Amino acid sequence: MSDTQTFLDTLKTRSVNYSGEPSWIAARRQAGAARFEAMGFPTRRDEEWKYTDVRAIAQGNFKLADDFDFSQAQAATLTLPIEAHRLCFVDGVFAPKLSDIDTLPQGVQVLPLSKALEENHEAVGGPLGRLTSVDFSAFAALNTAFMEEGAVVRIAPNTVVEKPIILQFLSREGEAVMCHPRILVEAGGRSEATVIEHYAGDANAANFTNVVAELMLDRGAILNHYKLQEAPLGDFHVASIHVEQSRDSVYTSYNLNLGGALARNDIISDLNGENAYTNLYGLFFGQGRQHVDNHTKVNHNAPLTFSNENYKGILGDRAHGVFNGRVYVKRDSQKIEGFQSNQNLLLSDRAHIDAKPELEIYADDVKCSHGTTTGQLDEEAVYALRTRGIDEATARGLLTLAFAGEVLEQVTLDEISERVELAVAGKLPERFNLAGLVEIAAALNE
Amino acid sequence: MLEVTDLHVTVEGNEILKGLTLTINAGEVHAIMGPNGAGKSTLSAVIAGKDGYEVTQGSITFEGKDVLEMEIEERAQAGLLLGFQYPVEIPGVKNIYLLKSALNAQRAARGEGEMPAPEFMKLVKEKLGFMKMDASFLQRAVNEGFSGGEKKRNEILQMLVLQPKLAMLDEIDSGLDIDAMKVVADGVNSLRAEERAILLVTHYQRLLDYIVPDKVHVLVNGRIVKTGDAELAKELEANGYEGIEESVA
Repeated sequence: MSDTQTFLDTLKTRSVNYSGEPSWIAARRQAGAARFEAMGFPTRRDEEWKYTDVRAIAQGNFKLADDFDFSQAQAATLTLPIEAHRLCFVDGVFAPKLSDIDTLPQGVQVLPLSKALEENHEAVGGPLGRLTSVDFSAFAALNTAFMEEGAVVRIAPNTVVEKPIILQFLSREGEAVMCHPRILVEAGGRSEATVIEHYAGDANAANFTNVVAELMLDRGAILNHYKLQEAPLGDFHVASIHVEQSRDSVYTSYNLNLGGALARNDIISDLNGENAYTNLYGLFFGQGRQHVDNHTKVNHNAPLTFSNENYKGILGDRAHGVFNGRVYVKRDSQKIEGFQSNQNLLLSDRAHIDAKPELEIYADDVKCSHGTTTGQLDEEAVYALRTRGIDEATARGLLTLAFAGEVLEQVTLDEISERVELAVAGKLPERFNLAGLVEIAAALNE
Repeated sequence: MLEVTDLHVTVEGNEILKGLTLTINAGEVHAIMGPNGAGKSTLSAVIAGKDGYEVTQGSITFEGKDVLEMEIEERAQAGLLLGFQYPVEIPGVKNIYLLKSALNAQRAARGEGEMPAPEFMKLVKEKLGFMKMDASFLQRAVNEGFSGGEKKRNEILQMLVLQPKLAMLDEIDSGLDIDAMKVVADGVNSLRAEERAILLVTHYQRLLDYIVPDKVHVLVNGRIVKTGDAELAKELEANGYEGIEESVA
């Protein structure tokens, strides 16, 4: 039996759950299944998947979860300690008990996809799939075929959402399961919000998460989008994120990738209106035999659009990283600026990175630059720190953090930057904690 | 305080130090002078613990402890501090971070708690002022984009904050104009104390006009060939190392 067939059989069995759903969903589901069947899982012969082998996913036999049983205490340890509007999903299933959407301000809707469909399926059917077609990849097709749950976030024009909106996805240990969450964010004109996708789970979980997110920014909207991927080290994680930007909008992505056995992120940003601005910040950290692949694409489809991308990779042990960043400037999209930087730090001789920056420009009045570097920790700097009494592990931790610094400095939510710091630098002794330094910085300004 | 006995050091198969013996007591300022290639920088590097230097014979003890058995950081924590000839740039690590981490590492090694932030800031600000450095230095990455003179001042600033028992300064005068040299010399002189020793490694006598040593050693071809007081440095200035080399040969 082919790898594709296993998934199609699972879909067939599952389809009893889908009877009675609106016809447009059934049609999309069918189209997704057909496209998935036709494409099959990508192989390394596909240019887009040249450095990432997905056989471990293709050959898996993942069930679909039906319950959201997760102890509240356990969930608490995995939850970002941020005051937020929160939707929580356990193996893809909406978990009302772990969610909190009771105090949404006026003009803000945060709904599980199932609830949004129940309330007004046509309002979902319009935008859903508009940015991510089933042709995008076998994974996007698979997601569409299995689409059951996810999140719908709607922000009315001129609405500023003070608290972040957290979409939490928890992965459980036990029988291997898969989930295909679908996220839809519609940011109205001149609205402002922060959406955090957070992936975490039981340490021994080995599940497959295949998420598709479509983010639409209307004129002048500001959206800060965090993706904190702290999935268990046995998890497989594939994410396809499409962003559509109208004029004057500002989209900032913080793609912080720490977990998973295999993680693949595709982030595609379409700058469709003048004065739209995209910032893509990424930090990926791999250890053991982790494989992490980040593909980004910025499409300057309109003149006077701006993009700024900074990705940093830190790889230890036998980890394998991929960075593929493409900046595309449409014919006659003049006066655009696109900057891209990718720097990688290899902490061991067996760690490996494939970095591929690409510029594709069909206009002549543009400012674009890109660069990628890969190196190791500066042993002279390690020595210099040690000669000041700082032990070796801490010296290496400090320098690793310093490397990540340019990206981490952009993270304005301390709870998130601290988690990332802890992951990349290990638990530094108390004397290095940032709290003390904040005090010092304050004292300096006196 | 520091006892170096019959020290032989090999770098990449070449013997650089060939039986160096040196004793430094608390309260003393020593200067080691010598021509290029004599092994001056090797001595301070070996004491600090830099990789790539193989001690084939002899010993180094600091307050009775075997220095060669200590980790690099343990040497610093014990009060042995090296000021570099070429201070390393450490992008992303702020000066204030380094000073706080280093001071607290030293205190932790002595079983003391962290210095409270206000006290720490007061200390750092006072020392900054002494080195005629602006407070903005603290927020800059260690030595990154610093001029040669700024880097050297920064080395002395670290000394003033960390208060080592033995401060070793490797060619601290190189690349300094006369004004910067005075600031650096004032910094070093302020470290002079009964309980502390200072070891200056220098090629030129000029520095010793500002920091007058108690003892001057002439290092030639891996060995100390002559020891005297500050007057010896002046003789060297007048006659060069050649006279000494000849007298030894």
